[in-house]
Amino acid sequence: MEKSRSELGQIIVGVARDPLGLMGLIIVGVIVFCAIFAYWIVPYDPIAMDIKSRMQGPSAAHLLGTDQLGRDTFSRVIAGGQVALKVALPAVFGAMAIGLTLGMIAGYGPKWLDNLLMLFFDTIRSFPTVMFALAVVALVGPSLQTVVFVVMATSIPTYGRVARTQTLTLRNSEFILAERSMGASMARILGVHMLPNIIGVLAVLAAMDIPTVIALEAGLSFLGLGVKPPTPSWGALLKDGYSLIRQTPWLVVGGGLPIILATLGFTFLGESLRDVVDPKLRKQR
Amino acid sequence: MLNFATRRFGLSLLILFVAVTVMFLMIRAVPGDPVQIMLGPRATPELQAQLTAALGLDQPIWKQLLIFYGNLLQGDLGTDVFSGRSVTDIVFQQLPYTLELIFASILWSASLGIALGAYAAAHPNTLIDRIAAAISVSFVAAPAFVVALLALLVFAVHLQWFPAIGAGEGFWDRLDHLVLPAFAIGLSWVGYIARLVRASMLEVMGESHVRTARAFGIAERRVVMVYALRIAILPVVTVIGVGMGFLLSSAVFAEIVFARPGLGKLVIDSITTRNYPIVMGSVLISTALFVVSTALADLINALLDPRARTAH
Repeated sequence: MEKSRSELGQIIVGVARDPLGLMGLIIVGVIVFCAIFAYWIVPYDPIAMDIKSRMQGPSAAHLLGTDQLGRDTFSRVIAGGQVALKVALPAVFGAMAIGLTLGMIAGYGPKWLDNLLMLFFDTIRSFPTVMFALAVVALVGPSLQTVVFVVMATSIPTYGRVARTQTLTLRNSEFILAERSMGASMARILGVHMLPNIIGVLAVLAAMDIPTVIALEAGLSFLGLGVKPPTPSWGALLKDGYSLIRQTPWLVVGGGLPIILATLGFTFLGESLRDVVDPKLRKQR
Repeated sequence: MLNFATRRFGLSLLILFVAVTVMFLMIRAVPGDPVQIMLGPRATPELQAQLTAALGLDQPIWKQLLIFYGNLLQGDLGTDVFSGRSVTDIVFQQLPYTLELIFASILWSASLGIALGAYAAAHPNTLIDRIAAAISVSFVAAPAFVVALLALLVFAVHLQWFPAIGAGEGFWDRLDHLVLPAFAIGLSWVGYIARLVRASMLEVMGESHVRTARAFGIAERRVVMVYALRIAILPVVTVIGVGMGFLLSSAVFAEIVFARPGLGKLVIDSITTRNYPIVMGSVLISTALFVVSTALADLINALLDPRARTAH
């Protein structure tokens, strides 16, 4: 335990030494901080309407102006970060857990199961992401759960394939063969011996996947097919701003910039993490 | 090579078959009677029965699937519930707009990306290389629909340099309407392709044929442009083929933002009216497009690099 803690410390120090990594850490830190403490940061209730002060430009009272219902844009941006992470984190971790399990089974299990799982991965991947999302939303209706499901389903293959490749390269290594000759069960081999060797690579992938997920949630909400109003989402802000782009352009800026910032932050962090955790990965991409 | 091609396309067909079947079953598994949803609560029972029969929903599910595949093989994707027109016609009427947009986006982003990457690789670790790298990373991080919205706001609404709506008539007008959406879709690709070309250029520059060219005293400019770049842009082909899905996804958003006709707009409009045959048809065509372009990319890759033929 002591050893792994110092390893984690080394990784963080390594990321912080890289200028891009440090920038990523700061941006992600700010976003996470704002999401956790959103309730105390927002100056107004993000869903409270105030018709008298509707469609106002940025001012001291409303830093980013108000929308067509008089809701404070700045408060909605902050609260929107919370929604974005609420979708992104469970979706990414869920997809990682399922993809990891399936990928390890594909890599370690019998050949027919491997083929079957690979066909499953390839099939999911063959739908263009947004088209798949649209089809699912058309069928079951828009909601936060639908978005999480779609994101999970579309990113399982990525994790699964990487986990499979890693398992394949490790399955004939000596420590696994030794374990197998001592009669260890498949669950023990995969869970105790394979997992620690794969999880680092997948964690890097997950960090780099979060921006894609945030953008997808925002995109679906922008189309009116994501989280339902009046939930404040960056995509919903963009939707309101788009329909009244001549009257309230600050909504487009207020919804767009956090998405770009979040994407930048997680991308920087992910790339820097990759270089620190496993420099070999750099060439594989 | 022929062996590899057959196997690769066989796999594509299998994938497509599974994907379409899953789609079909998903649509049938939705809770609620599709006929009732389409017609609304005030439809008469006769009308409902008529539409049920017209859609073939009174048949058992395996028979529906068989009929569906039978029609599909004849190029029939079903009939639009509201207008009675053939879905194949509707989808293929919209498809050229989407393809035109995707093609324009690839064209500008790949040209700029390759130039940027080649320049950075020819002058590694200079200030310009560093700036190009920073720009590349930032471009990669810009989701297409956000860029589209900001571009619409700045260049169409505020500065009014480009039209905000539609696809235009006639060549120059169409081109004018393509600028902003193609810019939005291509932007993240510029950075991606630039990084890719830079990395593969640096690798190629160390190879023997480039060293030989240098040893012959060929001008450095010519060595970079002709001998190194020609090899180094090969990965770009694969990446674009595999990236077709992303391009299609971005095109959906760009079409909505700029109110352009195309597959994306068709799907969104059909979803709001619950027009399942059209949703199904468009998703099917775009999936087929994606699967085929991925397979083509693999084939080109295998053609150029024999090692890739046995990797699968």
